[in-house]
Amino acid sequence: MKVALFVPCYVDVFFPEVGIATLELLERLGVEVTYPLDQTCCGQPMGNSGCHSDAAATEALFVKNFSGFDYIVGPSGSCAHHVRENLTAIEQTAQVTRVRERTFELVEFLHDVLEVKAFPWAEFRHKVGLHNGCATLRALREAKMSEIHEPAFSKPMDLLSKVKGIQFVKPDRPDECCGFGGTFSVFEEPVSARMGYDKVNDHHRAGAEYIVSGDMSCMMHQKGCAERLGLPLKFIHIAQILNGARA
Amino acid sequence: MRRIDHAEASTKFIRARDHLDFHDKRLWDLRKKRDRESEGLAEWETLRELASAIKEHTLSHLADYLEQFERNAIANGAQVHWAKDAAEHNQIVHDILKAHGTHTLVKSKSMLTDECEMRPFLENRGIEVMETDLGERIQQLDDEPPSHIVVPAVHKLRGDVARVFAEKIGTDPKNSDVHYLAESQRQHTRPYFLKAEAGMTGANFAVAETGTIVVCTNEGNADLSVHLPNLYIASVGIEKVIPSIEHLGVFVRLLSRSALGSPITQITSHFRAPRAGTAMHIVLVDNGRSERLGMPDFWYSLKCIRCGACMNTCPVYRRSGGLSYGATYSGPIGVIIDPTFNLRKYSSLPFASTLNGSCTNVCPVKINIHEQIYKWRQIIAERHQLPFVKQEAMQVAGKVLSNPKLYRAAVEATGAGIEHLPRFMMYNRLNAWGRQREVPAAPSLTFRQWYLKNRQRKARTR
Repeated sequence: MKVALFVPCYVDVFFPEVGIATLELLERLGVEVTYPLDQTCCGQPMGNSGCHSDAAATEALFVKNFSGFDYIVGPSGSCAHHVRENLTAIEQTAQVTRVRERTFELVEFLHDVLEVKAFPWAEFRHKVGLHNGCATLRALREAKMSEIHEPAFSKPMDLLSKVKGIQFVKPDRPDECCGFGGTFSVFEEPVSARMGYDKVNDHHRAGAEYIVSGDMSCMMHQKGCAERLGLPLKFIHIAQILNGARA
Repeated sequence: MRRIDHAEASTKFIRARDHLDFHDKRLWDLRKKRDRESEGLAEWETLRELASAIKEHTLSHLADYLEQFERNAIANGAQVHWAKDAAEHNQIVHDILKAHGTHTLVKSKSMLTDECEMRPFLENRGIEVMETDLGERIQQLDDEPPSHIVVPAVHKLRGDVARVFAEKIGTDPKNSDVHYLAESQRQHTRPYFLKAEAGMTGANFAVAETGTIVVCTNEGNADLSVHLPNLYIASVGIEKVIPSIEHLGVFVRLLSRSALGSPITQITSHFRAPRAGTAMHIVLVDNGRSERLGMPDFWYSLKCIRCGACMNTCPVYRRSGGLSYGATYSGPIGVIIDPTFNLRKYSSLPFASTLNGSCTNVCPVKINIHEQIYKWRQIIAERHQLPFVKQEAMQVAGKVLSNPKLYRAAVEATGAGIEHLPRFMMYNRLNAWGRQREVPAAPSLTFRQWYLKNRQRKARTR
């Protein structure tokens, strides 16, 4: 199985440790991982802003970088969602469609494709609040959303439950958007910040030491909010916990 | 026409801390009640499917069902009028009132009459118009549009209502007891019901098979408005028609559960025919609906039954208030409808969303709201209605992110203090990020640099 590691631009720049954890974790699980060196971004910032023509060249580059692999795996729900559902600014050739279909967010890749049953090296003796990004929750459908009547399920929770010592807290509004929203975070800054404050306060009140998520962009925003509020919350990506981070 | 600036308007709303807290809590509470009520019905998702399919079918045969409705309404003894836009609607209503020599009109809540700006039109022509829905009346007295399509004054605290009532209907300004305020409004409104010469309602549904207008309310004011005066006018958007009475049950079961988390509204009235010696007029209004029906990406929005569930669940709406949208329809449904009225004026609204998708999933008629928001953004960008800074930022981002060398030069700047980080990462309004949030510290190495250092032997060379 040939897997390409997709490290989204903001993870590359701000959270290299998340890229490293993703790479190491996949390697531990016996996957042959390649990191295409010319990768940049999936095109989501332009796409979500309505600027399809500005997204086209970036999307074409993404397809060029990630063609020829069995799977493309990245630690970001919203980027995987963009590739799968919204990478439409370029002509939909067979090559493009193939790349789009084979792009996976890390958790769903571990859960659905590798069907990982155990992470014997993982141990995290802390109280954590799980944050599912909205693309992960409602577009990739990795967990039951509160809006819809369906049996409960949660792929991130299934994986995290295999980690020794971990304890989960339950915030009041686990499903509510944290207010990052890409360019929304700066162009609608007042509402975005307020949503972020409400989100981190909710986890704090529930007793979380850590907020864990598969979506580092949400966490970048929430971390900025928690730090400004002076809340003693820490933030960690699910890849880091599954890869054996102790704190 | 001035462009609505949602972000700026939200700043004002957020500043009033106690109002914001109450607004968010109150509407989230409605959302939770909606969850509880809907969970009580095993067939909930099936009902949504059915409602969506019925609406889709009806909209695909709209002309036929409207004509069927007209035939049956006329057979019942009502008079039916067709209005192609707001101006025609207002003129028709005024003509009817004039023909009956009436100067007073009591009305129940109708978003359509707000959409048509009917009240000022009639008031300027000497008609006294009394809103009889409590929330709508509060808004009328305060000279503000409704901020929510179901709970029009939800952005007000009881103290605000006490102030408005004290000023306008002479209540005790120090008494903000809700029962006192509601009773005061009731006593104030009652004489108007008795003296009014005409009554008006909107419509939740217009049933083609029976020619009836169905109105769902909780206060009983619609029934008083219809039954006391000798003239009844119903304003009905053409998308409100449903084929037959058997379909009504599907919608009635969904409507109030989605809106307020109650199984049904207190009153579901079927207005069929005028009483002996009175007149009933129905005005069927297009006002842009036919045009919307012809839009492949947006016609689905016509399925809307105006329950407000998308507003209650919307984290942005709850924290910015309905008035910040500067339009008759606010929240997620407003965001996808308003640009059809005026693209330029409402071009910021589709960006007042995180695309989280909660709206789509509570919608009882399964409108793909967040996908339509995404689509509107493309249209707004294509028509060059994006703010200049955003347009510029996206052009720069598109250039840098499509060129590995430029990208690397931008992100691998040495001594990376935040001021050296690429502007596109912060979308050209760097200050806005740091106003209420800390800026992430940039580590000394990017992932790629770490990879080359630690795994170079495995690196794929191109």
